[in-house]
Amino acid sequence: MSTATGTTAHRVPGHRTPSHRAETPAEQRRHAHVLAGTGRLARQILRRDRRRMLIWAAVMSVFIAYFAVALSTVFDASALAARAAVMRTPSGIVMGGPGYGLDDYTPLVAVANEGTTWIVMALSVMAILHVVRHTRAEEESGRAELVRAGAVGRMAPAVATLATLAAHLLVIAVLSALATFASQGEDTSLVDGLGLMLASAASALVFGAAALVVAQIVSTSRGAVGLSLAVFGAAFAVRSAGDLIALEGSTLSWFSPLAWAQQMRAFVDLRWWPLLLSSAATAALLGLASALAARRDLGQGMVPARPGHPGAPGRLRGPVAMAWRQQRAMLGWCSLGLGLLWFGSGSMLDALGDMATDLVAETPALGALFGEDPDGFITSFLAVIMLSVALCAGAYAIVATHQQCRGEESSGRLELVLAAPVSRTGWFAAQLAVALAGAAVLLAVCVGAIWAGAALVGVTEPGSGEYATVFATHLPAVLSFAAVSALLYGWAPRLAGLSWLLLSAVLVIGMFGAMFEFPEAVLGISPFHWVPAPFAATEGGDLARTLGLSVVVLALLVLALLGFRRREIRSGS
Amino acid sequence: MTPIDIRGLTKRFGSFTALDGLDLTVGPAEVRGFLGPNGAGKSTAIRVLLGLLRADGGTVRLFDGDPWADAVALHRRLAYVPGDVALWPNLSGGEAIDYLSRLRGTPDPRRKAELLERFELDPRKKARTYSKGNRQKVALVAAFASDAELFVLDEPTSGLDPLMEAVFTECVRDRAAEGRAVLLSSHILSEVEKLCDTVTIIRAGRPVEAGTLAELRHLTRTRVSAVVRGDASAVPGLDGVHDARSESVEEGTRLTLDVDDAALSAVLPRLTDAEVVSLTATPPSLEDLFLRHYGDEIGADDGVPATGAGR
Repeated sequence: MSTATGTTAHRVPGHRTPSHRAETPAEQRRHAHVLAGTGRLARQILRRDRRRMLIWAAVMSVFIAYFAVALSTVFDASALAARAAVMRTPSGIVMGGPGYGLDDYTPLVAVANEGTTWIVMALSVMAILHVVRHTRAEEESGRAELVRAGAVGRMAPAVATLATLAAHLLVIAVLSALATFASQGEDTSLVDGLGLMLASAASALVFGAAALVVAQIVSTSRGAVGLSLAVFGAAFAVRSAGDLIALEGSTLSWFSPLAWAQQMRAFVDLRWWPLLLSSAATAALLGLASALAARRDLGQGMVPARPGHPGAPGRLRGPVAMAWRQQRAMLGWCSLGLGLLWFGSGSMLDALGDMATDLVAETPALGALFGEDPDGFITSFLAVIMLSVALCAGAYAIVATHQQCRGEESSGRLELVLAAPVSRTGWFAAQLAVALAGAAVLLAVCVGAIWAGAALVGVTEPGSGEYATVFATHLPAVLSFAAVSALLYGWAPRLAGLSWLLLSAVLVIGMFGAMFEFPEAVLGISPFHWVPAPFAATEGGDLARTLGLSVVVLALLVLALLGFRRREIRSGS
Repeated sequence: MTPIDIRGLTKRFGSFTALDGLDLTVGPAEVRGFLGPNGAGKSTAIRVLLGLLRADGGTVRLFDGDPWADAVALHRRLAYVPGDVALWPNLSGGEAIDYLSRLRGTPDPRRKAELLERFELDPRKKARTYSKGNRQKVALVAAFASDAELFVLDEPTSGLDPLMEAVFTECVRDRAAEGRAVLLSSHILSEVEKLCDTVTIIRAGRPVEAGTLAELRHLTRTRVSAVVRGDASAVPGLDGVHDARSESVEEGTRLTLDVDDAALSAVLPRLTDAEVVSLTATPPSLEDLFLRHYGDEIGADDGVPATGAGR
């Protein structure tokens, strides 16, 4: 914001010491100019995003407060104790946290232990989208050129982006802490709530700053978002692995910004210094981004564009081939990244089995929950993992359908294609076919990766046949995300973003639906509610449910095509 | 069979009326200019013609077919160049040309090579690195390499340098000579004057003039500037004389007049009678016509029905 320009201007004269020639006046001016216009750009960002920012702040604080209230009303002391036992299991650690305060598990301790990961995740996604939207996407659209042609410094857009993000995160943190405090009554420590939320916000800011670095390297906004999310995924994996090594975190945990929020030990034994790590990391990443930005041209990445082919290969013929050409890189990178992630998870199954056996020996209550058989732990762990696998594939399906189609339409490329003898139905069906096939391939790669990872460490149960069944039963649920976003795109392209809302709702239902005893009608929103439990014994209605879900997907796709056939094409919207 | 036949076309976006009773025809082998200022509705009309937007009223026929319902069959016979060409950023220009040509049918590689050379386009560069002019060239090469019967060109030379504009002019002339029909939307008057047989001028979604260039020129005024020694004070009052100004100069009086073409034969003798010393007459141009319709004086003309001789 404007203070950023101010500090630079103040700092520079301090360097003017007679003993050594630090900076000539010209150099000082250049320094100040790198940030010129930051304040104005920040105000412009706030103006453009004010609605988006309000919604994020409201949803986050309401959800966190609701989470705290629900935990204290649904769970009594003994239920919380049982939950604490679950939190010592591998799936509890991966999907929850490092396990501080498990001995005296109160609702707010549970919020800190289990909620932090998800709060940081939501805020990080928000941060990554914010940063890429205001940096790389601006360059891609050419708007940055117009802005930078004004009296605006090279780093001003980046600093304005990060400053507005920090301010937004701060507001969310304070609001959420206050909302939690208000919902809990007097016995809540407001300081702990603030500590938890500020640390989560600071972690998210680190991922925002990482996205800023990525945006300097990658020359497309889609690529920048993808790579930044991959960075988050890696941090998630590192934190999980680190905490699996030792409860309350091992050295490995500390390499993940996610851990820095969890290691604040809010509501247990609050400490503040992990915040310094987040701040230092953010500053370092900003410095790196600045150094990279100084070495590249506007609109370009770090890797110079290579010349292409003078002509198209013979197979680039028709909309299917073009859709594949446009999506294959995304599919390849997602398959590689997620495949490695799930392969790693699969290879942990062996260690988890051992760990589970030890746990049951120590805590007989867990045996009652999961059975004495360590395979029970593996199955429940796999079930949690399958939800994540399927949600990742669902997110891919949404991007591959609506993001891709919208991009073609609003850029004007669709106009060029439809002016040729290509029917609307033909074009849209081609896009959908490639998107659905891509999502199916991604799901197959991920499920196969878990199986391969498990097989590598000698875990042969469940067998490959069961993995194949899990793939087949989850496929219609994954494709339903593509079908819903296709339906929205076909009828009301402006509302196509709602498919992300469905994905978030499904995540919430999947993680907390059973715990908070949501009504059946709410649970039914999630396509996974209709999917047979993975790696469990098959039940009578399983096949009917899978077929039913497939029919729904098919019907939605047909409706989407009908809608697209009758609506107008709008370029530049 | 008429390539383009639009009558009374109305198109609304919410409460905004983009097109309001537009008439536009392009006959076989006709090169029609489609003139109008920014925002007059030229691109909207073309998008309706391509079946991308739906007409709210009037009739739109493309090769006697319905552009919304029969889009695919009709598009086999036309080639389109948008005013702002968007390409696939990760494809090279050559790849984009091949893809677009193949959508239309069997491309002719020799023709592509020839056009690439004429437009001096490097097909190996990624579309992301192309300038606006180069993206325009990609669409032009793809269009002119095709065997279309009708070329729909929406401000096709925006971003082209004068040399490339000349190449474009040649290409259009070549195709017109082969008997293809062309609809050339533009606001560059010289381009339309150079290329088109007929012109439709629209303003705020309504046609204000339509006809052959010769017919339209008829509607315009010749600017006459003369220095006379004698008394010409009666001239400004003559019928068909507009915007007369006079000033004293060394040789006598300088008169500047806009004269309706129909009144020239009556005005010129009066000037010679007044001992004309020098005389220049600037021929009517489309620009005058354009300015007359869109210039400041227009406010007063509003509501006067268009007098297009061709309609």
